Amino acid sequence: MQTMENTLEEILNLAADHFKVARSKLSPDDDFFKVLRIDSLQALDLLTKLENHFHVELPDYELQGVSDFRTLAGRIQSRL
Amino acid sequence: MKETVKERSPKTQQFRGEVMSWTLQNGVVELALHRVPCNEIGSLSLEELEKFAAALDDLESQAHALIIFSEMKPGFCAGADLRELYERSRSLEKSAAISGVRDFLTRIHAVLNRLDASPLTTIAAVHGVTFGGGFELALACDLIIADKLARFCFPELRLGLIPGFGGIPRLKRDLGNAVVRDLLLTGRSFNSTKAQQSGLVSQVVGEGEALRAARATAAQLAKFDRRTAIEAKRFIKPIPYDDLRREIDLFCELFSRPAVEAGLKKFVESTDAQPYLP
Repeated sequence: MQTMENTLEEILNLAADHFKVARSKLSPDDDFFKVLRIDSLQALDLLTKLENHFHVELPDYELQGVSDFRTLAGRIQSRL
Repeated sequence: MKETVKERSPKTQQFRGEVMSWTLQNGVVELALHRVPCNEIGSLSLEELEKFAAALDDLESQAHALIIFSEMKPGFCAGADLRELYERSRSLEKSAAISGVRDFLTRIHAVLNRLDASPLTTIAAVHGVTFGGGFELALACDLIIADKLARFCFPELRLGLIPGFGGIPRLKRDLGNAVVRDLLLTGRSFNSTKAQQSGLVSQVVGEGEALRAARATAAQLAKFDRRTAIEAKRFIKPIPYDDLRREIDLFCELFSRPAVEAGLKKFVESTDAQPYLP
């Protein structure tokens, strides 16, 4: 069973890769809108990448109020 | 409006508008959307779509397929231009605002109905955000080819509205009722994998590959007898005219309520990072 720590690490790697940001600049409690410098349209790209990577479906209303990687990982983890 | 119509030759025609352009080459019409930031459909887009619809009679005599795609990075089309809708509504007395909305909807329906009924085999090659009116534009096509990052959504409920460009009747035509309810009542977005599983999307391709795949599909279509393809399409693809008219009526009725102005205001004036998230 995938651990929460693994899920979080994979999310950080995916985000860094997709938005061309150095992985070292991302931390679990960062506001991903700010640290990745993305808007909500780009956040949807990230959501799609995560759904495809983890083979889950994550309704976007589950992202209400979510802006940090750790909470996002929790949402994904709950669907694995 | 700036536009150039290049001189017509038997094989190639071109139109370059401010927010969209089209070409006809080797029997394939390609309609490219290029309004910054994500092809929001406002009055200028509608004018140019009407020009395109008017040109279809001539184009159809020389082509077998139409591909619609976006040149904008964020996606195919983010839907109606909500800022323009909000500003116009605010500047008019209520009954004039509703009349203006009805006029806009009647015109966009005429364009999408014309597209829906085209004898050409029509393909929407989509990527990224395909929301609201953009989703409805894709639904008027025969086939949707989506890249891996495409997302489909009807967010209208968040604004106190329903889709107004023909989305509900066309969804009902193409999908099971449960999927239609999911999209409409939750306002959530589907990724392209889910959309394909639901029967909405014909092919899912790699990131950035939708147009290439659409062109390959259009090339395949050239092999078939045109008359047979036209009759087959007419046979299998009914256009739900009664439901489409009812949708306009329901939209205008809902638009008159204060919740809509509040929803539009919230979207337009938001400095939130998340206006496209629920």
